[in-house]
Amino acid sequence: MDALVDAALSGQKRAIARLMTIVENGGPEAREVIARLYPHTGQAHVIGITGPPGSGKSTLVNQMAGEYRRRGMTVGVIAVDPSSPFSGGALLGDRVRMRSLGGDPGVFVRSMASRGSLGGLARSTTNMVRVLDACGFQRILLETVGAGQSEVEIARAAHTTIVTQVPGMGDDIQMLKAGILEIADLFVVNKADLEGADRTVGFLKASLDLQSTEGEGATEAAHWRPPVIKTVATTGAGVSLAIDEIERHVAYWQHSDRVRAERVRVAAELEAILRDDLLQAALAHVGEQYHRLVDRLLAREVDPYSAAREITRQIIPDESSTANS
Amino acid sequence: MSEKRLRILIAKPGLDGHDRGAKVIARALRDAGMEVIYTGLRQTPEMIVEAALQEDVDAIGLSILSGAHTTLVPRILALLQAEGLGDLPVFVGGIIPAEDIPALAQAGVRQVFGPGTPVQQAVESIRGELHGRSR
Repeated sequence: MDALVDAALSGQKRAIARLMTIVENGGPEAREVIARLYPHTGQAHVIGITGPPGSGKSTLVNQMAGEYRRRGMTVGVIAVDPSSPFSGGALLGDRVRMRSLGGDPGVFVRSMASRGSLGGLARSTTNMVRVLDACGFQRILLETVGAGQSEVEIARAAHTTIVTQVPGMGDDIQMLKAGILEIADLFVVNKADLEGADRTVGFLKASLDLQSTEGEGATEAAHWRPPVIKTVATTGAGVSLAIDEIERHVAYWQHSDRVRAERVRVAAELEAILRDDLLQAALAHVGEQYHRLVDRLLAREVDPYSAAREITRQIIPDESSTANS
Repeated sequence: MSEKRLRILIAKPGLDGHDRGAKVIARALRDAGMEVIYTGLRQTPEMIVEAALQEDVDAIGLSILSGAHTTLVPRILALLQAEGLGDLPVFVGGIIPAEDIPALAQAGVRQVFGPGTPVQQAVESIRGELHGRSR
């Protein structure tokens, strides 16, 4: 394991790929890898790309990575596609659009399946990003599964979030809806050579104009207004401009948002891990008793809250510290 | 809790533009519970080996209908060897004349699926070959 981590940190692609597999599969080995890599992370800027299926995310990622390479930066790409809810298998097709990135030692592309997660990413995506971050990639492009309205997990995983839209997909009411459009730091209207692109840009800009300058979120809105960029990812038109705007957001993020956002991010992650670990510890502690509690629930002898409390009491005797009180 | 899935790269080296076979097998492997990395048409041997390396796959399936298998396949196997991936199982499907199969096997191809191979049979053979490789 140590040799593998050292090889990956020195930039050996095969070692990086192996570590990503370990981390993707989870378990004690993955935790060990993250423990080793964590001190080396926090250097990369993570750019999330989300939007509807077929809106050109992969093609855009291909062009963006190319543009970053021309600007002398190394690029990691993680592209998530959905797993089948029936077979658990997946067809990961994002590389089809990323063929021009081949043969460049400054680029690393990895496909991953969502493996049952519904937020647009997989459970282990954050840790996959960490491997590339620790191994020195300066910009990490993280592409979600085709997302509709509410897959907003990407906003937590990325420092800069790009939401792609295409012409003709909805009117101004769609743009007012809560969810995915709220998380954008940058809008890209792709396929801008199609009819209706200017209307879509207009709708997006109009909805940004309606943004309240008071109340929660207003401070941030006052400082960063998401730009709306038109691109044609198949030709690369507009991509350089999009990168300029992303880099403007990188600078903004580093100077204003960074400390607060990072704190929220690490705290949320700790909370999620703690939840998993406590659950595992509790289940291990009560053992067979768990199934008897489930039987009693079925027989309506106990309610679910009281049943949970019976378990938490055993691992945390001080009742005032339990969440159910 | 650790979750393991077989990952397999399906690639089409060479210049022919017929990817139906590759898509059918990719779909069948997906339905068999595998994670299939599909890379599309006209891949060079270098691109295929790079993808296999970055994706850390458990196997590679090559679909070739152009007749160029006698040059493409040994080239890919040699590149894999050079990258330290010599033990990665490689399967070939497509229009492969029976008389070419022994040479491909000799070069290190695990199995060749010629025209008329039932899809499920190919999936089962691949699954069988990879049995115990799941990690």
